[in-house]
Amino acid sequence: MDTISTLSTEVSTRSGQQVELCYHCHKCTAGCPAITAMTYGPDRLLRLIALDEQEAVLTSRDIWLCAGCFTCTARCPNDIDIAAVMDALRQVAIARGYRPGVQDALLFHRLYVDVVHMFGRSYEAGILGLYKLRAKQPLMNDMGAGLQLFLRGKVPLLPERSKDMPGVRKLFERSQR
Amino acid sequence: MSYAYYPGCSLHATGIEYDLSTRAIFNYLGLELVELEGWNCCGASSAHALDHTLGLALPARNLALAQPLGLDLVVPCAACFNRMKSVEHALQADTALKAEIEEAVGTAIDTSIPIRPVLDVLYEDCGPQWLAEQAVLRLQNLKTVPYYGCLLVRPPSVVQFDDPDAPHIMPDLLNAIGAQVMEWSYATDCCGGNLSLIDPDLTYRLVDRLVAQARQAGADTIVTACPLCQVNLEMRQAGEPRMPVFYFTELIGLALGLPEANQWWGRHLIDPRPLLKSSGLLNNAAQPKILQRA
Repeated sequence: MDTISTLSTEVSTRSGQQVELCYHCHKCTAGCPAITAMTYGPDRLLRLIALDEQEAVLTSRDIWLCAGCFTCTARCPNDIDIAAVMDALRQVAIARGYRPGVQDALLFHRLYVDVVHMFGRSYEAGILGLYKLRAKQPLMNDMGAGLQLFLRGKVPLLPERSKDMPGVRKLFERSQR
Repeated sequence: MSYAYYPGCSLHATGIEYDLSTRAIFNYLGLELVELEGWNCCGASSAHALDHTLGLALPARNLALAQPLGLDLVVPCAACFNRMKSVEHALQADTALKAEIEEAVGTAIDTSIPIRPVLDVLYEDCGPQWLAEQAVLRLQNLKTVPYYGCLLVRPPSVVQFDDPDAPHIMPDLLNAIGAQVMEWSYATDCCGGNLSLIDPDLTYRLVDRLVAQARQAGADTIVTACPLCQVNLEMRQAGEPRMPVFYFTELIGLALGLPEANQWWGRHLIDPRPLLKSSGLLNNAAQPKILQRA
C-alpha cells in the first residue's frame, strides 16, 4: 500500500476539495474577516498545501482562526469550498498530534463537543467556566459580561439535557476527535 | 398551519428573547410550533471543526426526528439552519456518506423535508403585505439596518436562501411594519461568530466596524436574525454610546402590539428601552388586532 500521503491528497480526501484549482486571485483573502490575525491567509495556505509544506500549514494560527463565515467559499471563482478545507486541516492537525497554532481554539471546540456528548445540548455556563479556567487569556476577561448574561437569565446555571441521551450518545460511538 | 420547531441551544440561553418573540408572534398569527421531542445540539461550529462525520451526524439526527411529523422544519438560529442545510446538501450529493450517517443515527434520513428560517416563513407564508395590515404600531421613528451575518446566506449553493450579497427579505419585513431601513453594504459581513471567546480582540474590531458602519448609514439600531450575531454585537461593542441590537421577531412582535414584548427588552445586554422611548414605542397603548384567520 502506498504510504506516501501529501497534505494535498489528505485534504482532498477529507474535504472533497481540489486545492490545486486555486489560481490565487486573492478574493478569499481579501474578504476574510480574520485576516488581520492570520499569518498567511487562505490563498497562501492553499499554495502551502500544494507545496506540501505540512509543518507550516498544520502549526499555523490561520487554520484555528477561521470563523467559518464562508466568505471565501462563496467568492472562489473555482468553487473551492475553502471553509471545508480549513475544517479538514484542523482534523489533520489533530490526527497528527500537532500543537495547535491557537491553543484556546482547540480547547474551546473540545469543551463544546464534550459538553454535547455529556448532555446532548450546549451548556453555556459550563463551557464558559471551564474555558475561562483553562484558556491562555486572563481569567478575569469577560467576567463582567458573563455576570450580565447571568443576571438576565441568559446562561442557566444547570445544564439542559436532551430527552433521548442514548440516541445522542450513539452518534459519538465512532467519533475520532 | 403547523411547523416542526428546532429551537437549538442558543434559543434556550443567550438567545432567549429570539425564542420568546418567535413563539409569541407565531402564537398570535395562529401558526403552531411543534418542538422536536428529544432534539440535540447541532454541534454548531465546533463539531465539524474536529470530526467531519460527527459534524454531520448531530444535525442529521434532528432531521430524522422531524421526519414522522411531516411538517416543514423551522430553525430560527442561523448556525443551526446552516448545519441542517449542510447535512441535507451533503447527503443528497453522496449516497455512500448518506449510508454512513444513517448508520450512525440509526435510521433512514429523508432529505426532502423543507428546512426553513423564521424569516422565510414570515415572508412566504404570511407575506409583508398581510403583516403590514395586522400591525397596530408603525415603527416609522426607528432607523434600522438589517443584519444577516454569514450563516443564513452562505454558502449560497447550500443554504439557498435570499440574496447573499443584497438580501431583501428582512428589509421587506421591516418596511412592512413601517421601520426606516437605511442603506448599507454590511448586511452579510461576519461578526466573528465563535471567535468571540477564542480571539476577543479580533471580535471587538469586527463588531466595532459593523456598528460604525451602521451609524454612518444613519441607523439607531442593528436588526439581526442570528443569536450568535446578536450576543456578539451587544457583548463586544466597545464604543460609546452603545447601539442596541434587536431580533427582527422582536420588532414584528412590537408592531403587532403583542403585550409580551415588554418582557423581552430587559433581556438585552444593551438596554433598548431608551431608544424605544425616544421613538415613542415604549409603553404604548397599542392593542393587537383580533385576527381573522383564513
